[in-house]
Amino acid sequence: MLNKATQLEQAERERVFVTYVEDKPGVLNRVASLFRRRNFNIESLTVGHTEEEGVSRMTIVTNVSESVARRIEANLYKLVNVLRVEELTDKPKVFRDMALIKVQAQKEARVEVLQICDVFRARVVDVAPEALIVEITGENGKIEGLLELLRPYGVLETVRTGHVAMRRGYGIGSRPT
Amino acid sequence: MRITGARILWETLVQEGVDTVFGYPGGAILPVYDAMLDYPIHHVLVRHEQGAAHMADGYARASGRLGVAIATSGPGATNLVTGIATAMMDSSPILCITGQVSSDAIGSDAFQETDVTGVTLPITKHNYLVSSAEEIAPTIREACYIARSGRPGPVLVDISKDAQIEFAEYERDRSEVRLSGYRPDLRPSTDEFRSAAQMIEDAERPVILAGQGVLKSNAMQELAEFVNKTNIPVAMTLLGIGCFPASHPMNLGMMGMHGEAWVNQAIQESDLLLAFGMRFDDRVTGNLASYAPNAKKIHIDIDPSEINKVVRADVAIVGDLRETLREVNPLLQEQSHSTWLEHIDVLKQESGIRDVQNLPGNGRLLAAHVIHDLWQLTQGQAFVVTDVGQHQMWAAQYYRHDRPWTLATSGGLGTMGFALPAAIGARFARPDEEIWVIVGDGGFQMTQAELATCRQENIKLNIALINNSFLGMVRQWQEFFYDERYAATPMVNPDFVKLAEAHGLTGLRVERRNQVESAVQRARNTEDTVLIEFRVAQDEAVYPMVPSGADLQAMIRRPMNEVKARAPRSKSRVE
Repeated sequence: MLNKATQLEQAERERVFVTYVEDKPGVLNRVASLFRRRNFNIESLTVGHTEEEGVSRMTIVTNVSESVARRIEANLYKLVNVLRVEELTDKPKVFRDMALIKVQAQKEARVEVLQICDVFRARVVDVAPEALIVEITGENGKIEGLLELLRPYGVLETVRTGHVAMRRGYGIGSRPT
Repeated sequence: MRITGARILWETLVQEGVDTVFGYPGGAILPVYDAMLDYPIHHVLVRHEQGAAHMADGYARASGRLGVAIATSGPGATNLVTGIATAMMDSSPILCITGQVSSDAIGSDAFQETDVTGVTLPITKHNYLVSSAEEIAPTIREACYIARSGRPGPVLVDISKDAQIEFAEYERDRSEVRLSGYRPDLRPSTDEFRSAAQMIEDAERPVILAGQGVLKSNAMQELAEFVNKTNIPVAMTLLGIGCFPASHPMNLGMMGMHGEAWVNQAIQESDLLLAFGMRFDDRVTGNLASYAPNAKKIHIDIDPSEINKVVRADVAIVGDLRETLREVNPLLQEQSHSTWLEHIDVLKQESGIRDVQNLPGNGRLLAAHVIHDLWQLTQGQAFVVTDVGQHQMWAAQYYRHDRPWTLATSGGLGTMGFALPAAIGARFARPDEEIWVIVGDGGFQMTQAELATCRQENIKLNIALINNSFLGMVRQWQEFFYDERYAATPMVNPDFVKLAEAHGLTGLRVERRNQVESAVQRARNTEDTVLIEFRVAQDEAVYPMVPSGADLQAMIRRPMNEVKARAPRSKSRVE
């Protein structure tokens, strides 16, 4: 019999980790290898430079329980090239994914497609006689929503960056010391 | 000064206190070998690189210092893999140095090229690929520091051949290594000490689970103080053996799959488990769902990723065990736990009847008897290195260690072939101590080529080869769980006495118990390595046994009808 606290702890949900790593060869491999080896599933992982030279920042989204989240954090810290880990799951944050969507938009459909994009505040970044490329930034639900509405017109191709996250407010939280 | 990368490597290793290395040369590491001749380094030429890694590991386990293994690129490096994984699982500090093809050839599938940092990524604490001479000194210093500190482990440095050859400026760096992403010197988190002390005070049936962390943090004294104050009995993991004196009245013995029955029973009945530097391996817990169901758990470990990994801790303290116990000990109340200890004594007596030591061999030589006799004849003072299998479990049960750091065995990975090379490594760490290798006929043949290393290095080991002409532990599983269908476990073996002699060593054969003493004494009195082949009963099983994944209390015990059939008429030997 599981008590309520244990049930909550074992419930899987989407969790967001911001991880600062040294910008060295093979670091992405070490992080990815850790998730594979410990059987933690990655929903998305993005990596890029930060404002500080030699430091990269990863946003890792994973669907796990509280106890697994703690193990992920502890295991990330064991990697020598990992400088700092912060879980932003329950913190106020800006959380964004970007997608490029190539959608069919012939004459009569084009106006409708443009109207939908407008509602979603998506930008048209390429126009061709029979197709548009639309750029959209936002949380997962927004992007899924746009995709669903565009699908009837014929989505030819999509690419997504994966999530990036930043804590709201003045605090910089996870900067390595 | 401006010197080659190879010289920088040796300068740095000597500075790190390295004087013995285990290795095997080859094309991509030749500049390093050439430079080695100019440094005060003793190099042990192994017969297979797996042996080099195990020797470095054995050296580390016997000395507490860093063990160093060297190999060339490609096959040389991949042959290290088993030894690296062994050291990783058992937290042994070793440094592996491998040659790599020249940096301009990396990625081209050059001759003897392997992505060694890729291959060893998940089985090292950290690894490096170095492709310029100037990186060598700082990298080696970092590698040594990482291998030794915190929870120790293997670190590999792969050095391209051009980096070994090219010149770079070298100045001895005496500063401390500082790594921004690696801070192992964790201070225990203080708030938990009082709640731990309160739980200990409230417990009625507490058991200490002492693991290798006690040895790694040198907390033997602090553990003894803890026990003397609280009268809480101590169960040990396989790798924890020696961290608490076997002859101490509070010592219960080994826990787990082949632990003593009363130990596992006590754990299952316990209301508080104190896990000191151990990680609740599946061989220790059995079925997790039914593991110590009424016990709260206090878990102290230096590695935060071990907390709540397997067993949920009610109180978790991350930090060095010795530092932690020094904080906790003054908070403890004197306790007696007499009811609990009396109860465990009753459990012990029931088990004693089934103990093979209390049964005659009836003309057969039993491995358990051999190891028991070996323990008595060496007054329990030998440094013991075991391989993996039945003999390992009998050694854990019947060779009783009163001193810390006197048992080296492959626990986590369970690497057959570990014993002989690890013992060779241990010999260089402890030149004057009596060393006994206890090894089965299967595991011995995996690395027996290292007998030649014993000869070449003129070192003295005593090898107790427990030969039942079977892969005994697998045979036991087949007997218990696979309807006695002995697939691929019977072995046709070489003449081990002749094998020893072919290496210029002494070989002896023992077939009856009354020959054990004279053979052991002859081995002890011979200057060279002596191999004694003990021809033991084939069908003997290790008892008790918790089947894999079964409840810890659901042990297979030695059947009472067998006990009765074997028992001598006079009950005098039965305690």
